[in-house]
Parts: sequence; C-alpha cells; structure tokens
Amino acid sequence: MNEALHRMGEYTLLMAKVISIPNRWSMFFKQLIKEIYKLGADSLWIVIIISIFIGTVIAIQISLNISSPLIPKFTIGYTTREIILLEFSSSIMCLILAGKVGSNIASEIGTMRVTEQIDAMEIMGVNSANFLILPKILGLMIFIPVLVIFSMFTGILGGIAASYADINGMTPSSFEYGMQFYFNSFYIGYSIIKSVVYAFIIASIASYFGYNVKGGALEVGKASTNAVVMSSIMILMADVVMTHLMLT
Amino acid sequence: MVEVKHLSKSFDGRTVLNDINALFETGKTNLIIGRSGSGKTVLLKNIIGLQRPGSGQILYDGRELTGMKKRELDLLRREMGMLFQGSALFDSMTVLENVMFPLDMFSPDSFKERQKRAMLCLERVDLLEAEHLYPSEISGGMMKRAAIARAIALKPKYLFCDEPNSGLDPKTSLLIDDLIHSITRDYRMTTIINTHDMNSVKNIGENIIFIREGILEWRGNKDEIVSSHNEALNDFIFAASRR
Ligand SMILES: Nc1ncnc2c1ncn2[C@@H]1O[C@H](COP(=O)(O)OP(=O)(O)OP(=O)(O)O)[C@@H](O)[C@H]1O
Ligand SMILES: [Mg+2]
Repeated sequence: MNEALHRMGEYTLLMAKVISIPNRWSMFFKQLIKEIYKLGADSLWIVIIISIFIGTVIAIQISLNISSPLIPKFTIGYTTREIILLEFSSSIMCLILAGKVGSNIASEIGTMRVTEQIDAMEIMGVNSANFLILPKILGLMIFIPVLVIFSMFTGILGGIAASYADINGMTPSSFEYGMQFYFNSFYIGYSIIKSVVYAFIIASIASYFGYNVKGGALEVGKASTNAVVMSSIMILMADVVMTHLMLT
Repeated sequence: MVEVKHLSKSFDGRTVLNDINALFETGKTNLIIGRSGSGKTVLLKNIIGLQRPGSGQILYDGRELTGMKKRELDLLRREMGMLFQGSALFDSMTVLENVMFPLDMFSPDSFKERQKRAMLCLERVDLLEAEHLYPSEISGGMMKRAAIARAIALKPKYLFCDEPNSGLDPKTSLLIDDLIHSITRDYRMTTIINTHDMNSVKNIGENIIFIREGILEWRGNKDEIVSSHNEALNDFIFAASRR
C-alpha cells in the first residue's frame, strides 16, 4: 500500500515535469514526428493483420453459435460490428499495443537512464522528462486513434470475408444488412475517446517505469515488464469507468 | 574556480562523503583520485547538482549552487560540460547530431552557424570522419572524443569528467588525457576529473585531491605525490602501479 502511494506520488511529480512548455519548439516537433513515424511503422501492420483475423473469427464463431431459426441471420453482422466497434478495436487493440509499444518505450527510456543519457541531458539544463516523454505521450494520443480506426475498418472487412464462406447459412447480403442495422455512430466516437485515454495511459506509465529505473540492463527488462502489466491493468480499469460514464 | 566547503553526504544513514573541503582552479586539470567506492562519483554528482548534498556549500566563482532556484541552476548548467563514465552519447542520434544537441537546445545561432560550431568541435577532437556514424558504430575511444566535443559545444566554463579513461587502452587514455588538458588550457576552463588511473595522475595532475572512504586525505600536485608521506595514498599509488 505504502509502495503504491509512493509510486503514485512519483508518477504525479514526473507528469508535472513532463507537462511544460518545450524550450525549443522546432526540437519538440522533430521529436513528435519521429515518435509518430516510429509508432506507425512499428504497429500499423500488426494492427491490420490482427484485426482482419479477429474480425473473421468473431463472425465465424457467432454464426456457428446462432443456430436457432428464430434468430435472423443478419444478427451475425450486427453483433460482429458491435463487438469490433465497441470493444475490440479500442480496448483489446490498446491492450496489445500496451504490450508492444509500452515495453518499447519503457526499455528505450530505461536504457537512457542507466547509460546516463538522461543525466547528460539534465546537466545541460534540458528538462529531460519534457523532452523525452511529452512527444511520446502526444504522439501516441494522436496516432493510436488512427490505428484504432484502421482496426475497425479491417476488422469489419475480416467479418465480411468470413460471410462469403457460407457457414451455417450466413450470407454476404445478410451480413451486410446486419452491419448497417441500428447503427449508432456515437459508438465510433466512444471508441476513439477511449483510445485517446488509453494512449495517455500507455505512454505515461511506460515512460514512468523507464524513467525511474535504477541499476542496469536487468532492471530495464523488469521495468518494461512492469510497465506492460501496470498499463494493462489501468486500461481495463479505465474501460470500466468510461463505459459506465459514456454508455449508461 | 569551484569551491567545496564542508560537504557531507550520506545514503540511508551511511556516510559516503565526510566534511570535504576543496578548491578547484581555473585553467587547470583538477583531479579527484581514490579507490573504487571511495565516493568520487558521489562527490562529482554533488558538485554538479545532480545530487543534493546533505550539508555544506558548493561555490562556482562565488555563486552558491546549493540553494539555487531551478531557473538559476538551469542557467548555470549551460556553463557546464560533462563527460560521463560511459560517454552517455544519445544513441538515437549520429555523432554530429549529438554534438549539435546542446546547440540546438540553447544556441540562438542559425542552423548553419550551429553546424559550423559542431564541426569545429569535432575537428578539435579529431573526429570529423565519424560525423555521420551512430554511437553504436564507433569505438570506445571515439565515443569519448565525441562526448568531449559535445561537452565543449557551448563553450563551458566548467568541465567535469567521470573516469575519462575507463575501458580504454593506455595509449588512447593518454590521448584523451592530453586532449582534456589542452582544451582546459586553451579555453581556460575549470576542469574536474575523477580517476583512479596513475598514468593520468602523472600526466595531467596539476591539482590533486585524494579521497579515502569519503574523507579527503591528501592534496597536492603530480610532483608532490611521489614524495607524500600519507600511508593510504602510498598504498593507492603502489597498488595502481602494480597493475
Ligand atoms: N544513489 C546511491 N544510493 C546509495 N548508495 C550510493 C549511491 N551512490 C553511491 N553510493 C555508495 O557510495 C559509495 C561511493 O560510491 P561512488 O560511486 O562515489 O564510488 P567511486 O569512488 O566513484 O567508485 P568507482 O571508482 O568504482 O566509480 C559506494 O559505497 C556506493 O555504494
Ligand atoms: Mg565512479
């Protein structure tokens, strides 16, 4: 308990240091572009591939499970869409990204800490937290929603692809009808808002664990595992809270 | 000139530095020597303000570092250059970008002028051929030289070096020592160097303090050190020369 309070205090202090005006905007934008590019190059394909497959599998499984003649076939398309838009593309995708991007950030910053690169910045009078972490947080908050939109799009495409396989009477036309049935566009906004919050959670928590590494390479590894575990828990908790606030 | 007065520092009740008094002179290479674990790095970190001293004062040409506000400290830090034990080059940047970093952050000059300044620093440490390489692509000695170039980019008044020779062969060590020495003289910097390398002591020890278990045991220069009567110091010299 004490430990948790201590960590929360440290985290808050770090964020206070992070959130300040960069002393050179040109350097800040250079870093921001770099971060966005890195995130895009690293994660776009994995997001697309996972989404297509999961979209396909969701459609197949629902179709296999709906065997009652009383339930119309378009329910399959409808349910697939709802799962992808509401939960998969935002929360589950961000959990995956927490593993990939979060561990990356924590180990990058952690390595800079143990090899004294952060000290080198501080001794120059550079606010290292601001210089290193702010572009990561903003970069993720800008680009993770884009990845989420890609995920929605390709997830649905995966579902459509499955509908051509004619499993248990599912047809492309019923699937398509179901996908347009009772469409609430707010769900897209809801997912994007969630993903912005998750992006902040991933970037800030991973940075915190990296920034506070003490020791050597072994500790960097531990910090990156801890970062993934902690940000995943926080994402799940935020999911519950935001769903309650926005949908009920 | 950097002055340390009655500096003490402890970690969790264990005293690492005990009432250190020292004077580091301008235009000279000032050495802090002592065995591994004697507190050299902690002393250096306290002097540059990366750690807060438990008690005592640190004066930069009369300006007191302890008790400075964040803003004042940031300004003072622009007058400092530091060479870290492991070079601490930013590994996502090329050698040239590393040297340009402090200039990009603080210099009001145009990009062309900043680049010119960085190239001049690289030339000074004889590293022009490596400007586009990344730290992972160059040798330890080259990394040290690149780090020196970065440290002097903003024309600092104070230069700090933590074990500049660690991990280098004797010949390269000599080269680095000479480089630091001549830069110190040319730019009239106050240079403070942590070392346990007796070659450095004999080569550039213009002003030396010897620390043992957090206590300042002896002070003098390279000529006086051979005739010292301090037993701990003689032990240290003997052990170092046997290696
Ligand atoms: N942050 C810290 N917390 C607790 N103890 C520390 C800390 N930093 C250093 N010490 C302790 O202070 C003592 C002096 O360490 P220091 O790093 O200054 O030695 P050194 O003289 O630089 O040695 P070396 O030549 O090996 O670099 C050591 O016993 C070390 O364990
Ligand atoms: Mg040391």
